[in-house]
Amino acid sequence: MFMPDNSVNRPRTLATGAALLVAGIALTAFGWSTPALVLAVKALLFLLGLAVTYQGLSRLLLGIRGKRTDLLFNLAMIWLVGIVLAAILAPVLPLGEHNNVAATLYEPINMSPQLLTDHPLGTNNQGLDLLSRSIYGARTSLVISLLAIAIGTVVGGSIGVIAGYFRKGTDSIIGIFTNALLAVPPLILLIALSTFLTPSTRNLAFALSLLSIPGMVRLARANTIAFAQREFVMAARLMGATRFRIMLRELVPNVVLPVFSMAVVMISVLIVAEASLSFLGLGIQQPDPTWGNMVAEGEGGAMEDYPHIVLVPGTFLFLTVFAFNLLGEKAQQRWDTRSAKL
Amino acid sequence: MAGSGTAHMRPDADPVLSVDQMVVEFPVGRRQVVHAVSGMNIDLLPGETLGILGESGCGKSSAGRAIMQEPSPTKGSVRLQGTELTGLRSADLRRKRARMQMIMQDPVSSLNPRRKVHALVAEGLKIWGFDGDDLDTAIRETLVAVGLDPDAVWDRRPHELSGGQCQRVCIARALMMNPDVLICDEPVSALDVSVQAQILNLLERTKQNYDLSMIFIAHDVSVVKNISDRVMVLYLGKTCEVLPSNDMHVRAVHPYSRTLIASIPGGEEIASTDDPVVGDLAAEKPQSAGVTELPSPLNPPSGCRFRTRCPLATDLCAAEEPELREIATGHFVACHHVAVDGAGPAAAAGAAAAGADPASPGDPAVGVA
Amino acid sequence: MNANNDLVLEVNDLRTTFLTPRGPVGAVDGVSMSLRAGETLGIVGESGSGKSVLGRTVMGLIADNPTTRVSGEVRIGGHDVHAITPRERRRLWGPEVAMVFQDPMTSLNPVKKVGTHITEALRLHLKLDKAEAHARAVELLRQVFIPEAERRMRQYPHELSGGMRQRVVIAMALACDPKLLIADEPTTALDVTVQKQILDLLATLAAERNMATILISHDLGAVEGRTDRVAVMYAGRTVETSRTSRVFHAPEHPYAEALLASIPRLDDDPHTVLRAIEGTPPNLLNPPVGCRFAPRCRFTVDRCRTEDPALRELGDATGATHLAACHFPLVASGDRAAESSAGEPANAAATASPTQEVN
Repeated sequence: MFMPDNSVNRPRTLATGAALLVAGIALTAFGWSTPALVLAVKALLFLLGLAVTYQGLSRLLLGIRGKRTDLLFNLAMIWLVGIVLAAILAPVLPLGEHNNVAATLYEPINMSPQLLTDHPLGTNNQGLDLLSRSIYGARTSLVISLLAIAIGTVVGGSIGVIAGYFRKGTDSIIGIFTNALLAVPPLILLIALSTFLTPSTRNLAFALSLLSIPGMVRLARANTIAFAQREFVMAARLMGATRFRIMLRELVPNVVLPVFSMAVVMISVLIVAEASLSFLGLGIQQPDPTWGNMVAEGEGGAMEDYPHIVLVPGTFLFLTVFAFNLLGEKAQQRWDTRSAKL
Repeated sequence: MAGSGTAHMRPDADPVLSVDQMVVEFPVGRRQVVHAVSGMNIDLLPGETLGILGESGCGKSSAGRAIMQEPSPTKGSVRLQGTELTGLRSADLRRKRARMQMIMQDPVSSLNPRRKVHALVAEGLKIWGFDGDDLDTAIRETLVAVGLDPDAVWDRRPHELSGGQCQRVCIARALMMNPDVLICDEPVSALDVSVQAQILNLLERTKQNYDLSMIFIAHDVSVVKNISDRVMVLYLGKTCEVLPSNDMHVRAVHPYSRTLIASIPGGEEIASTDDPVVGDLAAEKPQSAGVTELPSPLNPPSGCRFRTRCPLATDLCAAEEPELREIATGHFVACHHVAVDGAGPAAAAGAAAAGADPASPGDPAVGVA
Repeated sequence: MNANNDLVLEVNDLRTTFLTPRGPVGAVDGVSMSLRAGETLGIVGESGSGKSVLGRTVMGLIADNPTTRVSGEVRIGGHDVHAITPRERRRLWGPEVAMVFQDPMTSLNPVKKVGTHITEALRLHLKLDKAEAHARAVELLRQVFIPEAERRMRQYPHELSGGMRQRVVIAMALACDPKLLIADEPTTALDVTVQKQILDLLATLAAERNMATILISHDLGAVEGRTDRVAVMYAGRTVETSRTSRVFHAPEHPYAEALLASIPRLDDDPHTVLRAIEGTPPNLLNPPVGCRFAPRCRFTVDRCRTEDPALRELGDATGATHLAACHFPLVASGDRAAESSAGEPANAAATASPTQEVN
């Protein structure tokens, strides 16, 4: 009854895809491993190589599967899975030294990234391995932001459902608190908190959760109000369900999906917020690495001379945030428009 | 029309549900009030089906919800098996009200999209603490009773079912509560024509098998006539006419009832012959076509609320609100211009219709009582 | 361009297929029809029968795009709607064809005044100046029986009742004197007493202007008595089309017959068991082989489940065409059909009631 659209010329797509892929990988590897060139040129070659690799890969996939795949999304997921696995397994991976300065006395300092060396991503001014520091940094960043988002989702979500279901007085009081929280600039709030909280993982997660709570309250409240007007809620009341049961059994299962997809998007905001705090020296303290305090090492002229010190943790941060955003977008498409079915 | 009064009440009978002088008003901005229902009286006998007929905005849905105390009426009383529901503490209300269940218009919206069919149907009993193996058997029996194959739908979610199937699930869910009274608020108007008939048949059958009394709220005269024993015509929150459903399309005499009947296809032929009311309405066309709009329930007309659209309206209608009067056995009308003795212009039709069937065997309301 | 010049609309083998992630859905699957000036065609069917998609495809609102395939031919005013550019298509909207939708509120822009809605179309298509457009708009509002037309011109859509809004929408559709008006469920969102007024209005206007009208509705009552011909759709196809009174009084297709019998009638006694059509319309992702109504039909035999019946001429006493897609048409094939279609629906209901208990 219908034909698959624009029939793909498979052999040709496959051939160009493979050629681009090989060229791209070669270019990337050369840019990364060559000791001969200045860093700027190396970085340029590296990025160019990545772009060509990406093109090659997407063509290959199109040729093999016969339909378009969301390659960017798949790559982002591979990155996320990779970084999470690496973060979990960091202590058992054969990584360089990440925080013990005493052990790196004989290591080269400020070494620029070279693929086939002991330090594929280079070292910092104390000879600590940047790959190792980035992965241990991921550990801290991810633990803090996931913990913060978990607190934010549970607390904010519950408050939102309560406000949305009871409305009236409860809603106004909760509204005042959330608006007050939103009115304080987040960074100032965090700085204020850091004056009396010692910077530990737990305290940072607690402080950052305050950033996510107002948004969660609003989202959960709006969704609760929408669902509470649906007739199934009235049907439950007519059967004799208590208010608690209605919130727990009828409303929460419906509100949870949009709240979760929002949480995924918010993780990236929290990762950035955590990095900003650490950058300002208010987060986890040196020599323990986080992406924020690693970027801060570029201060005082180091960035001009050794840009990789900033670029390496910056890239980790960028890619992770980008990947979480893509995931969040997909989640919202999927879960916020559940009713749109055909 | 659009009158008040209690002439249609049957004080000797033992109603399962009685509604007395119920008023439902909603405040809207600037101290205005929507008069959704103004003084409604209902007595529903065991095994009886009362149809409530009217256009949107006539207060029929507000009335249904007020009977269920969702929300409670502004004034008046609602008694279910002798227990006054208005003003009950919420814990008592939860318990008492469970004997009364409601079927709503939009079956998809009435079902939690995240739950599966078996959980939806079981919910009522679970709320009251029933559980165990018996529960599954009960669910299966009820699903079969509403015409669903338990194995096929057991693990489905509402969006995987058609509208008609969802409405069957809603009916099954209500039946699990073993109710005495079922209030159906436009239960078929969101469904396809071919499915409407399935659900109407199912409701009729269910009513008999489960010994239910039913209030059936709808805008469609044919549908209401098909399922009801007694029909109450509502206009802007007031009762116009209460009559047995039997031959109601020829017996109805209230000008508004006649307008409703004339509006439906096939109703024109029935109405046009020697019907002064519809005759007048027809003569007014097309000029009247533009102005027969429902007045605002914020500020309903004085006297008879239908007078602004009524071809028979006189000064009396503006000054004085008509009361329900009996014009034939079980047939009550609130209109100044319909008279038992044939004085009013519409009375000829009314008297003729009423007199045509003096034995009146088709008075199901009385019959059931 | 056409052999038959007074044909306002000609549709040949129109197919609209939505390419969904779960597979192609043939919402309209090979529909043909034609309409003369002044003629009124009713298209009836349940939701999912493809009647609304058909209306929109005829109008050109649904066109070929990456997720929708449209094939076949729709000729309006000598143009093939799906062969011309979107720009040329827009030029047809107004003077050649206009549409009235179900929900008048979504057809009107809430921040524009009633007058602006109508004058805009007039000035764009007919190149009238401001005063002329205003005068013509007031005239149009009068023609659709809107009282105090001058005052209404200055009101916003939310200040009008549903019936009034639908009148405004109709006035907009009529602004450029279309030769064809497609009304898609024009009264579904309205009250019973208002529905009749709007349907009467449409009939009056069509007669005055010798305008061809397509009335799409799920409400059989709305279509009966207000259309010359009727097409019954089921699962994307026309199953029967003929003179309206013929379809309503002596349908050939079991679906048309069952659909008519399933409606409660005013003159039936209370508590009459209705003859419901059991089951649900087919899933168009995976339509049944053979006749699409076979799984729900009372008369199904093996042939119905294997062989797809073509729409064929069955003849009509008046000489008009009467097409139905059934291997065993009710009236034309005599015996078994005779009593079920000639008899009262009420009687038919009684005989059919045992099947009721199955589902």
